[in-house]
Amino acid sequence: MKSFKWVSVLLTILLTISCTKTEDKNVIKIGEYGSLTGPEATFGTSTHNGIMLAMDDVNAQGGINGKQIRVLTIDDQGKAEEAVTAVTKLITSNNVVAILGEVASTRSLAGAPIAQRYKVPMVSPSSTNEKVTQVGDFIFRTCFIDPFQGKVMAEFAHKNLKAKKVAILRDVKSDYSVGLAEAFNKVFLKLGGQVLADLSYTGGDIDFKAQLTTIRSKRVDAIFIPGYYTDVGLIARQTRELGIQAPLLGGDGWDSSKLVEIGGKALENSYFSNHYSAESKDPKVLAFVEKYKKVYGEVPDGLAAMGYDAALILIDALKRSKNHTPQEIRDALAQTKNFQAVTGVISFNENRDAEKAAVVLVVNGEGKFRYVSSVNP
Amino acid sequence: MKRNLLLFCIIIGLLLGGNFLFPLGLNPYFYLILIMCGVNIILGVSLNIINGMAGQFSMGHAGFMAVGAYTSAAVTYYGLLPHASSYFTQPIFFLISVLAGALVSALFGYVVGLPSLRLRGDYLGIVTLGFGEIIRVIILNMNVLGGARGFTGIPIWSNFFWVGFFVVMVVMVSFRLRNSYHGRALFSIREDEVASEAMGINISGYKVRAFVLSSFFAGIAGGLFAHIQGYLDPGTFTFLKSFDAIIIVVLGGMGSISGAVVAATVTTILLEALRELQRFTGGVDLRMIIYPVVLLSLMLARPQGLFGNKELSLRKKR
Amino acid sequence: MEVFLQHIINGLSMGSVYGLVALGYTMVYGILKLINFAHGDVYMLGAYFGFFFAHKLGFAETPSLFGIVVVLILSMISCGIVGFLIERLAYRPLRHMPRINLLITAIGVSLLLENGGQMLFGVDPKFFPEMIESKILFSFGEVSISNFQVIIVAVSMIFMILIQFVIFRTRVGKAMQAVSFNHTYASLMGINIDRIISFTFVLGSMLAAVGGILVRLAYPKIDPLMGIVFGLKAFVAAVLGGIGNIPGAIVGAMIMGLSEEMVVGYLSSTYRDALAFLLLILILLLRPAGLLGKKSAEKV
Repeated sequence: MKSFKWVSVLLTILLTISCTKTEDKNVIKIGEYGSLTGPEATFGTSTHNGIMLAMDDVNAQGGINGKQIRVLTIDDQGKAEEAVTAVTKLITSNNVVAILGEVASTRSLAGAPIAQRYKVPMVSPSSTNEKVTQVGDFIFRTCFIDPFQGKVMAEFAHKNLKAKKVAILRDVKSDYSVGLAEAFNKVFLKLGGQVLADLSYTGGDIDFKAQLTTIRSKRVDAIFIPGYYTDVGLIARQTRELGIQAPLLGGDGWDSSKLVEIGGKALENSYFSNHYSAESKDPKVLAFVEKYKKVYGEVPDGLAAMGYDAALILIDALKRSKNHTPQEIRDALAQTKNFQAVTGVISFNENRDAEKAAVVLVVNGEGKFRYVSSVNP
Repeated sequence: MKRNLLLFCIIIGLLLGGNFLFPLGLNPYFYLILIMCGVNIILGVSLNIINGMAGQFSMGHAGFMAVGAYTSAAVTYYGLLPHASSYFTQPIFFLISVLAGALVSALFGYVVGLPSLRLRGDYLGIVTLGFGEIIRVIILNMNVLGGARGFTGIPIWSNFFWVGFFVVMVVMVSFRLRNSYHGRALFSIREDEVASEAMGINISGYKVRAFVLSSFFAGIAGGLFAHIQGYLDPGTFTFLKSFDAIIIVVLGGMGSISGAVVAATVTTILLEALRELQRFTGGVDLRMIIYPVVLLSLMLARPQGLFGNKELSLRKKR
Repeated sequence: MEVFLQHIINGLSMGSVYGLVALGYTMVYGILKLINFAHGDVYMLGAYFGFFFAHKLGFAETPSLFGIVVVLILSMISCGIVGFLIERLAYRPLRHMPRINLLITAIGVSLLLENGGQMLFGVDPKFFPEMIESKILFSFGEVSISNFQVIIVAVSMIFMILIQFVIFRTRVGKAMQAVSFNHTYASLMGINIDRIISFTFVLGSMLAAVGGILVRLAYPKIDPLMGIVFGLKAFVAAVLGGIGNIPGAIVGAMIMGLSEEMVVGYLSSTYRDALAFLLLILILLLRPAGLLGKKSAEKV
């Protein structure tokens, strides 16, 4: 059959192309996997931008000991099975010595076991689910974990806002949201508060009036919405449309300039915990924001900053490893202490989670995020 | 009978041999692709039975794969893992696990098929799509199966031998079905239901049986899938996954088993190979554009797929 | 009690939008016996066209009623063209093929629009400029009706009545009904089938565009994948009421909107999407012709 032969020829050509390994002795290969397309593409793209900013910087300054860093990026389309294939390919086919990724805990959980199995260090810039680093000693993360963040907001609500009764509205499709909600719930109850309603929505929904109507009838002091900014903006609007005046609380998933673009006035006097404040007068932050704006033409969001920091920490570990082997890099990473990153001072604890402070931000009348307080671990 | 036994032993031998050699000689990434090819072949061939042979357009196949995957993962994780890990017991446990998944999947196939197969054409498609989605949403809400976080910690038990074994089994059963009285009944149902019924064929019975068999095989694919990924996410089993299976069947030619096999292999390898294209396009993933474009051009230019209704045959043409 | 009333209002409001899109589905199915999977994506395109025009013409900065109307009309025209092209290029060549091929083509077009949209527009959600400010129009006790909800219901009603008028009172409409009955006989009567079919697609796509923009007023988020689930639910609404049946589409849509709201409000939001399919399955098993549909014997 003619078409059969054609197809097999085409396939062989394609496979051969994919097999060509560009052997470069003077290059350090780092792998990155993220959701560059798919429903959570902004997270992957922002992180990617942050990572590349750091990497391009280092390369421009001569690389590490004269060697350039090459970042191989694979898009996992936001799918867990693609994450598995991506990590397998990066490690076994592309022979990377370390991996950056992933943003979402779901996909980090899919890729981490593979990195652990082949003993290649993996650094996640923003997966907050506790289970991720429990996979093994080659898995690190440069962000805080959900239990900590939940505690921060629960304490803030109780102490600063004097809230006694709250409602929680979580995104059931995101384990980040579920984990954060659980953490908040536990601490808030322990502090003596009451959770009068614990409802859920599915990420991507556009109508939340049904849940909000129920919440309205409970007359709470505050509503905790640990979701992503894409949904929170809409939720905030509808809250006010239904006449609910209580302040809204959230986590680092709120961090984006788009949050206010969509939520508008509804978000005034709402609070959320974050990794850092773009307002910070810290020269490191200012320099980062300037650089990012110059290269990408927009203000970096939290994920970009996290990506940048993860890359910086990896670069630092690379500098401290003699031959740049995966094992050496892992050990160098584990020894990271008091690293001055953009999003704070980072040290890895014995679980390879980052020990760093969280900040609480408030959305003011002009839709800007203003710093309120910091909480140390 | 003896010839069949001999054939069987040869195949087992080849599979075992391949199982040793492949991981040694082949890079783990390619090994993974090979295994996924096998899984997709089983998925495609299973859908072919109900969509292609019986002509009943089911669009919820991902649901059955999901049931098979999660059931076998649960059986392994909760039931067998605490007891397993010996070199000899592992294959047996794996077999139990996959078959358990397949059986539950078949059960679901029965429950879904019985009411749905009364409907025709597009309605059947939408209803099965609906069932597939409902199954996914239920899994999403079951915390014992990991819920939104996914099911972690599944041991990697799938290997070339097992995948190859099931591929051979599924393909052989499909071929035997095709050339049997039952298979011909299915084809006649596909061509003209009313005429078939007039000929005395119990169309409901055959349709449901085909559906159950199809779900059984989909469950096998699911079980194998679970044990090579090591991790299950309900987001994998959306109707987009059902479409993947449909595209394989259509590309290969509806009703053609060899078509489904070839199409599954081609699509799996092609999709992976095209990943390299990203190097040239600056990271933009064009695959998701190419995919539907190929589908559309196929429909416009050669709607009968690669093989149409024919099969690759080893027999001499008479 | 008041919570219940609020749910009803919310449900009706969502229902009217489902109605607009459901009408498109039902019209196309009536004429071609084809489930146009791509219809949900036309709805998505309607929203994007609106976004594009609003910014290009500067209405985003200076919101006004006039601005909205202009954007709406431009978007309708653009979607009409898109609908026409889809029919012409993808469906017409395959009209004589078995239905399964058409269905697969519809799926292909849908995937193409979605992924193409992701490539062209970028994957991140964009936010529709606020053209009208949100206000609570009426409120008694705990129940409140926002101006958005009123606008949505009102505009949807207007368009639905318009469509009813077109289909039942004009010549073109009669021709559409004839074609949906039987292609061959209709053409024997001197009706230009191709033109009527194209016209149906254009009409349906325009309605989808209206739906897309209306919803954006109240829920200002747009992203390339927003059409899939919404479209599917609108389709279920059409089937609920009896596919091919115009008033049925509206009835089905209202039921869809209301039940969804009730389930989310009183049970759990996680089953929201599953509910749509559950309804579909129930209706198809119990009363396949839909609530307002007529049982027709199949000629052998």
